[in-house]
Amino acid sequence: MPEFYQYLFSGLTNGAIYAIIALGFSMLFAATDLINFAHGEFVMIGALILVTLWPVMGLPLPLAFVITVLATGILGIVFERLAIRTVKKPDPIVLVIITVGAGIFLRGVAMIIWGKTAKGAPPFSKMPPLEIGGAYLLAQSVWILGIVLATVLVMHFFYSRTLTGKAMSACAINKRAASLLGIATQRMTLLAFAVSAALGGMAGVIIAPITMNEYEMGAILGLKGFCAAMLGGLGNSWGAVVGGFALGIAEAMAVGYVSSSMKDAVAFLLLLLILYVRPTGILGGKAIARF
Amino acid sequence: MLTIRNLKCWYGGIEALSGVTLSVGQGELVALIGANGSGKSTLLQAVCGLLPGWKGEISFEKVPLNKKKPQDIVAGGICMVPEGRLVFGPLSVLDNLKLGAYLRYRKRDHYGIKKDLDKIFSLFPILAQRSGQHAGTLSGGEQQMLSIGRALMARPKLLLLDEPSMGLAPLVARLIFDTLAELREDGLTILIVEQNARAALMIADRGYVLETGRMVLAGKAKELLADEEIKRAYLGKDYARFTEGRA
Repeated sequence: MPEFYQYLFSGLTNGAIYAIIALGFSMLFAATDLINFAHGEFVMIGALILVTLWPVMGLPLPLAFVITVLATGILGIVFERLAIRTVKKPDPIVLVIITVGAGIFLRGVAMIIWGKTAKGAPPFSKMPPLEIGGAYLLAQSVWILGIVLATVLVMHFFYSRTLTGKAMSACAINKRAASLLGIATQRMTLLAFAVSAALGGMAGVIIAPITMNEYEMGAILGLKGFCAAMLGGLGNSWGAVVGGFALGIAEAMAVGYVSSSMKDAVAFLLLLLILYVRPTGILGGKAIARF
Repeated sequence: MLTIRNLKCWYGGIEALSGVTLSVGQGELVALIGANGSGKSTLLQAVCGLLPGWKGEISFEKVPLNKKKPQDIVAGGICMVPEGRLVFGPLSVLDNLKLGAYLRYRKRDHYGIKKDLDKIFSLFPILAQRSGQHAGTLSGGEQQMLSIGRALMARPKLLLLDEPSMGLAPLVARLIFDTLAELREDGLTILIVEQNARAALMIADRGYVLETGRMVLAGKAKELLADEEIKRAYLGKDYARFTEGRA
């Protein structure tokens, strides 16, 4: 039984990260019908900015955290302004390919700024691991789960309690009707990009201490997040959370009980399976429910 | 109040409106009737700023609306109830109404919004009963009421309605038209686009008839109702004679 718990903890930790990346994919898709394949690069940039600000420059962690999230959010705004809004004929397929290109560009810029060597970061706190049922839960995992949970709650509050959140949902449901009510739909798109990129940056921050941070880390994280979003139902925020944890746990179990070479295969096997059995995802796609 | 002169619109190269002139005065209820594809909805979309690239003149309270964004036009006091209602299905009825007052929330007019919400609920009591429900679960008629209520929450000076009776049971459609007549009595200016010409002309002060992008007739609603040509083309006066021979 201890090893089951161990796999479960590892799955929950990874799942939380996938969940928050998937949330970024999903909320942007809901608001703009766009899959941002550069999303993983925001995770990478978030991790590298944190590594620079905190262990290297010595800023206090909370401050570095906030600056990183804000910086990636602003990068999301710049991305929308320069690469998305300037497109004359915004067909979805054109925009998706632009995001792929932007991802490659961001990776290149990151390589120039931070170089090719991987950097590490210490855990957020120096507490010893917790022992539960014979298995060990890292303090960083507790941080990750806590931060992801808090973020999900904040997002839920934003969508269900604030006027801006509701206006954003309205834009996602029907842009035309929303603009007839005086909602500035372009500004809502911009806001969606900013929040989505900031979520990516936050994923980078919390993952930095448990991985090697280098310019290429974004691609696979982005794909995993995308799988999780599809798994839960693209455009459905709760679906992104469910999909993220399902993917993380399935991956950890496959690694533990089958073979560690299965790790990346699991995500794509699950994706194929879900597309085959239930193409709208576990909780259903965009139209059915959101936060 | 609303003046349209020589309006021309295109839908991807096809001329949908070729030089239409129309005006709506303060406190009037004006009906714009015409068959499918005559350009009625196009005209409303041009007024709301949803159809850029029109030529001619549209002005509201003497301010030209050229190149204005939809949100600026709403802020200026024009609100549209779109064709097909377009309520936000996954949001609650109350949230739909609140979003109607989006620009007023930005101006912190909370007291006025609360009062208007009560007014909408007394206008359409069924919305008050269902205020917590998802808008998508409402019936077609209730959704139409919600769509009208949502537009009224912006406190417009001019209300535009695109086919409000479409797909509704006759009784519900009549309720909607009665409500519009009531709103007009309270001083609201209304421009309504309808295929149900008789119902629209019954409550209207004046009417316009649009045919393939051109204005073919204009006049007092009562005169239009009595006009032989309109009876034949839009009011279905000959319908009985037409079917008799076949039965």
